[in-house]
Order: sequence, then C-alpha cells, then structure tokens
Amino acid sequence: MLEGGFQDQPRQSATAFRAALDAMARPGTIHTVAGAQPPALSIAAGVLLLTLADRTTGLWLAPSLSAARDWITFHTGATFTAPEDAQIAIGAWPDLPLARFPIGRPDYPDRSATLIVEMPALTATGPRLSGPGIKTHANLSLPETEAFRINAAAFPLGLDFFFTAGDRLAALPRTTKVEAA
Amino acid sequence: MYVAVKGGERAIENAHAYLGEQRRGDPGVAELGTDQIEQQLSLAVNRVMAEGSLYDPALAALAIKQSRGDLIEAIFLIRAYRTTLPRLGASIPVDTARMECIRRVSATFKDVPGGQILGPTFDYTHRLLDFALMAEGEAPVAPRKPAEPAHVPHVTGFLGDLIQPEDSSDTEPRDLTREPLELPADRALRLQSLTRGDEGFILGLAYSTQRGYARNHAFVGELRIGTVAVEMDIPELGFSVEIGEVELTECETVNQFKGSKTEPPQFTRGYGLTFGQTERKAISMALVDRALRWRELGEDYVGAPAQDEEFVLSHADNIQATGFLEHIKLPHYVDFQSELELVRRMREAAE
Amino acid sequence: MNARQKNTTEYNFAYLDEDTKRMIRRALLKAVAIPGYQVPFASREMPMPYGWGTGGVQVTAACLTPDDVLKVIDQGADDTTNAVSIRKFFQRTADVAVTEATQDATIIQTRHRIPEAALTEGQILVFQVPIPEPLRFLEPRETETRKMHELEEYGLMHVKLYEDIAKHGQIATAYAYPVKVEGRYVMDPSPIPKFDNPKLSGNPALMLFGAGREQRIYALPPHTNVVSLDFEDHPFEASKANHNCDICGAGDTYLDEVITDDQGSRMFVCSDTDHCRIRQEA
Repeated sequence: MLEGGFQDQPRQSATAFRAALDAMARPGTIHTVAGAQPPALSIAAGVLLLTLADRTTGLWLAPSLSAARDWITFHTGATFTAPEDAQIAIGAWPDLPLARFPIGRPDYPDRSATLIVEMPALTATGPRLSGPGIKTHANLSLPETEAFRINAAAFPLGLDFFFTAGDRLAALPRTTKVEAA
Repeated sequence: MYVAVKGGERAIENAHAYLGEQRRGDPGVAELGTDQIEQQLSLAVNRVMAEGSLYDPALAALAIKQSRGDLIEAIFLIRAYRTTLPRLGASIPVDTARMECIRRVSATFKDVPGGQILGPTFDYTHRLLDFALMAEGEAPVAPRKPAEPAHVPHVTGFLGDLIQPEDSSDTEPRDLTREPLELPADRALRLQSLTRGDEGFILGLAYSTQRGYARNHAFVGELRIGTVAVEMDIPELGFSVEIGEVELTECETVNQFKGSKTEPPQFTRGYGLTFGQTERKAISMALVDRALRWRELGEDYVGAPAQDEEFVLSHADNIQATGFLEHIKLPHYVDFQSELELVRRMREAAE
Repeated sequence: MNARQKNTTEYNFAYLDEDTKRMIRRALLKAVAIPGYQVPFASREMPMPYGWGTGGVQVTAACLTPDDVLKVIDQGADDTTNAVSIRKFFQRTADVAVTEATQDATIIQTRHRIPEAALTEGQILVFQVPIPEPLRFLEPRETETRKMHELEEYGLMHVKLYEDIAKHGQIATAYAYPVKVEGRYVMDPSPIPKFDNPKLSGNPALMLFGAGREQRIYALPPHTNVVSLDFEDHPFEASKANHNCDICGAGDTYLDEVITDDQGSRMFVCSDTDHCRIRQEA
C-alpha cells in the first residue's frame, strides 16, 4: 500500500502535469505517463491523482474501485466525498453518476468537477472533436457522444474529463464539440 | 552605430554589491547585531511580526537589519520566508482572558478587577528628545513589585447583556494566505486581513471614522498587552500541550448602538488583535472592524471608505500595494511607444 | 539542519512547494477548460515583489519540467533587468536550461510582448499580468465585474470604446486592448501592444496568463478564436510605428523608439531582440 507513488515527486509530478495540461489544451491528443502503480487503477489514473489530488480536494471514487481507496488516502490525503462535493471523480464510464457532479456556478464556472474516466483502451478513432485546442478536428475513442454534447451545451458551466487506459491519457474540456464520426 | 543596451546581469550584481555596502555603512562604526535590534528596537520587530504574520522576533530582527530599517521591506522578507514554511498543524485558539498582562487599561471604567496597568507606554512621556541616549552605557531599571498571578478578566464581560454577544463557533475559519480572497468576506477573514494590514493604512481608515466618515462612537473598553500560552492538540497524546508563548495586543472597543424593533438598546464592539506590543494598530483594527460590521448590525451604508469591505480588504496589504506601486518604475517602453504612436496618429488626423 | 539556515539550494524544485504547485495546476486546467475566464487561485508571496511578475513566475514554476528550455523576455528583450532576474531565479531553483532563441524555447515567460517569430505546437507562452480584469477601469469592484462576466454584460466596454471614437475619432486604447474569446468572455490580453493582438487568435502555442497580486489565472488554448473588440465602421487595426528597424531593416516588427543624442535624434529598433539578432546574422 505504501508502494506505487512517485519516487521523485517534484520532478515526476511536473512531467506528469505537463502531459495532463497538454492533453487538456489539445483535446484528443494521447499522452503517455509513468510513475504510479496503484491497485485497481490504471497507471495514468494513478499519475493524475498523485499530480492533482491532495488534502484540500474532495474525491469521489466509484464503488467498484474501492480497492484503490487506501492507496489514494496514503499517497494524496484526499477526502472521499459524495459526487455533489467532488472536485475530482474517478470511475469507469457506466459507474459515473454524471448528473450529480458539480458543473460550477454561473459566477464561478471553475468550481466544477474533473472526471477521470477509466477506459479499456484509448485510441485516436471514433467521435469527431472540434473546438479550442484543436486546429481542424481530432478523433478520440469516447464512450459515447450525447453526454458530451449536453455537457458542452452548458458552457461556460460543465464537467471536464480525463480518459485513462494503462499508461495513456487524453482529455476533453467542456469546450469541445463532440459529434459522431 | 547603435548597440542595444546589454549587461543587465552585471548591472544587477553590481547593484546588489553596492546595496550591501550601503547597508553596512561606515565600517568604522560597530556593526549592529540582530540581538541588539531584537532587544532595543522591539517595537519595530513587533510591527514586522504583526504585518509579516510570523511570530519570530529573531527573524524579524534579521529582516530589519537586512532591509536597512525599511520596515515594509522587512515585512516582505518575512512574508516570503513564511510562505515556504510547512504547516505542521493549527494551535487551539489562544485564551486572552488568561493573558499575563504587562499593560492593561480601560477607558470605560475607573477601576476594574485586575486593575489599570500602565505598563511600558509612551503615553505620558513628554516628547522631548532625551540627549542622554546619545551617550552609551546606561541600563535603566524600573521599580517592580513581587509578581502575583493576577486574574485579569475582560472588561466587556462586566457589561453583561448590555453589550451584544458575539457568535461563537468552532468552525475552522478560512485562511487568507491559502485561499484566494472571495467577497463578501466573513468577519474572521476581515480580521485576518486587518491584523496583517498596513499600520498606516488601517490607522488612516480608523481616524476617518472618528472624524465622521462612518462614525461609530468607540470607547476603548479594554486594551491589554501581554503573553499568552499557545497550545496544540496532539492527537497521539489525546490532550493539548503548550508549545510556546506569544506576546499579543488586544483591543476591544465598546460602541454605541441604538437597538432595533427586535433587539433592546445595547452596546456593540469592535475587535483588534495583533502580534507583539502594537497598540496603535490594535486600536485602529478595532475601529475599522466595527465600521465594516454595518450590514450585520443593521446600520446605514454612508459610503465611507472604512465601511467598504472590498475597498479596505483589497488595499490593506502593504506588500501588495508597494509591489504594484513600485512596478511602474520597471520598463514600459512597449506600452509607452504604443501610446506615443497613437497620440501622433490622432494629431495627424486632427491636422 | 536548522530551518533558519535554509538557503536557496534547499528550496523545492522550481521553488514552490508541492501543495502550492498542485493548487496552481488545478487552476491551470480549469483555465484551459474555460478559455478567457479568470480562475481565482491562492497566489503565494514570492521572493520578488508583486507587480514584478509573481503571477507569471508561479505559472511557470507550476509548468516547468527538468527537460524544459526556458526563455524570459521583458519588453521583447532577453536582457532587460527583470527578465534577467526571473531567468536567473529559475536557473537557480530549477536548474533549467535557458535560451534567448524563441524557436528553441519550450516555455517563454513574457512581459508586454508576444515574440515576432511564429510560435509552434508544444510551446507555452506565459504572460505576466498586472490587472487581469478587462472591465476594472470601467468598474473597480470585483463583485460587480464578476456579475458582468456571468451575465455577459459587456455593454460598458463597448460604450467606452465608442466614446473614444466620438472624442478622438478612433479607439484610444493602444495596449492591453480587450478581446473576446470564443464568443464568450471578454479578456485582458495583458499590456501587450495591440500590434500583438492578432497573434492571440489561432496560435498553435498554449498561452497562460498569471496575475499574482490579483490572484487570477486564465488561458488561451492553442487554436482558440480571439477577436479584438471593434466596430464595423471602426475596425480593429494592429498598428505600429511607421518605420523600419534601423538595425535589421524589418518593416513588420514592433519597434522601440530610442533617443540617440541631446538634439533628440531618434531611431527605431526591433523590440524583439532575438528576432532582430537572427535577421542581422542572416
């Protein structure tokens, strides 16, 4: 349980954050990360938690991932919360109660949850993405399109997503327009 | 041929060397020790601790030495150091009723349990330069009576229900130094901002309330200076232990209040609490605190600066203020050039 | 070791502690997700004064990796004293490689300019921002301007620009010229000359804006649509001095005006010193 964290936190988390930032700034791009070995979670999801979660962040963990609970507590100190209070949430797509996560307030749209979606695989195929961060268009193997269409329609409110599979991650901010390929 | 100015790095190094030399002054004069500053310029040390938000007299003395006596610069040094320190925990609230007072005065009662204690005050000194201080070697001794552990209850406690009770709460207050300021702020956040705010700014605002810009009829119910124990809960032990003591100045003002349909006439209060012996600041803080409470106490907003929470909280911090003020001496060639061109173009168009 | 003997070598990588970096990183991700919206963040007291780039420094510190190559400019130049000072800070605290060449840099921290050379995918441009709120000089209260952004109530800004036209025959804003991002948020591009405004739109680089004293971070993701506010009959114009650079001859760069003698003779030179150097060497 004490294993599987960053060995050199300042440098490893810096490198991991740049991958996360680049992913969020360029929706659909896929990045490889390293440094976490969490139980029940992908390497990429573990890296994101080590990089973004701490004692000040409320975290919602899908019940099916409860084997990761102690690892998360030990390495981040994050407190587990209900979906309504989560700043970060993590789970497989069908396990995420999307409607319950905070999407921000009209005066503070940043106070919204960031979801880490565990995926079986991540490829640059599937739904067509366009919007800020994307020159013309991109494709990403998203689990569906409708939920992201609804999310984008709430802009400037909305959820922001990371998708993780193995040691790979991609992101989808609320600004991205998602259409069936 | 024109060559662009180079050598910024060398210039900076040389400037720092020059600064060091100037700081030391004439090497023929004995160097000032930080222990001397701590002992003999203790009110400067106190101000630096209060506005630096760090209780460490030795470091405050070092900051004063390093800043050549520029107290805002010294406060800046302390703040920049403080922000790098790990947070090991939070103390339990200090109990100022158990303060070991070196000074304690009330303007509202002639005598009170615990007594009026003048303490080390400038109040009744005649402001005549004491030329004897230019000579060396004197160590004045004050008469003292044997210490007796006196109980010094808060004066406002004697007003009973004639003064409005304050809400007591154990919820952890928000931390101005760890979260962005969000408005409107609650009282705990306002008090945090005021206690580290610039003494001159808070003084000026407090003075403005006395002159009628949101006058709040303040009496110093009590001003006390002394040391209190700082205790921390140690979860492993299951009880709290004293980890040290700090010197504080506390001021409670008693202010007039007319009462309303739902509440009988009663007094209200303003509150000031500062590190060290810093009574000008603590009194000022209490007056400004009281002025900022207009909404909660059902008073009119008369547009006075001291009532304007956003104005007061946004401008009280002298480190923010001095940084932004002084940044206008940095190069602005690019912006100036763009305005120069604009003015030229507007003139051409006009001709 | 006594905490009081702490010296610079004992500070964390890129100076900030990990808690602070995480807090800034979370804010940065939200800023990227809501282009042009100012995300509040708990700006720390830095060992340099507010107004000297503490916001930009915190953003750079949160983004910097050991593999980065950093360039720092002030007024377009690498050798201005504050740029030198900030560059040195990161060399000391992050042991990061530095460069003056725009195309070699992975992160560029800037005050008041966007480099002349086209930026590329993968580069990050970090702006130092004094007053992040574009509506601040029209309405000083944060509580009010926050509402105006919420309601997309930007009429006041248009009125101000229009009054300029009525009074001066043109819009009298030469720098920090307001823009609208993706048709939603009005944003202050920091005090860059309006000559640089067109480079904000559709740029392949990621642009991050840090305002330390005002505790705000905002961002323009790459390829984001950014429009300088204007009117149909008074279209936005990215103007510059009507001269060529007296050193490299460039006619398409932003120029510094330099007074060369007591008679007030003057010459015009590129404000982007790296761009000018490359042209001279070519």
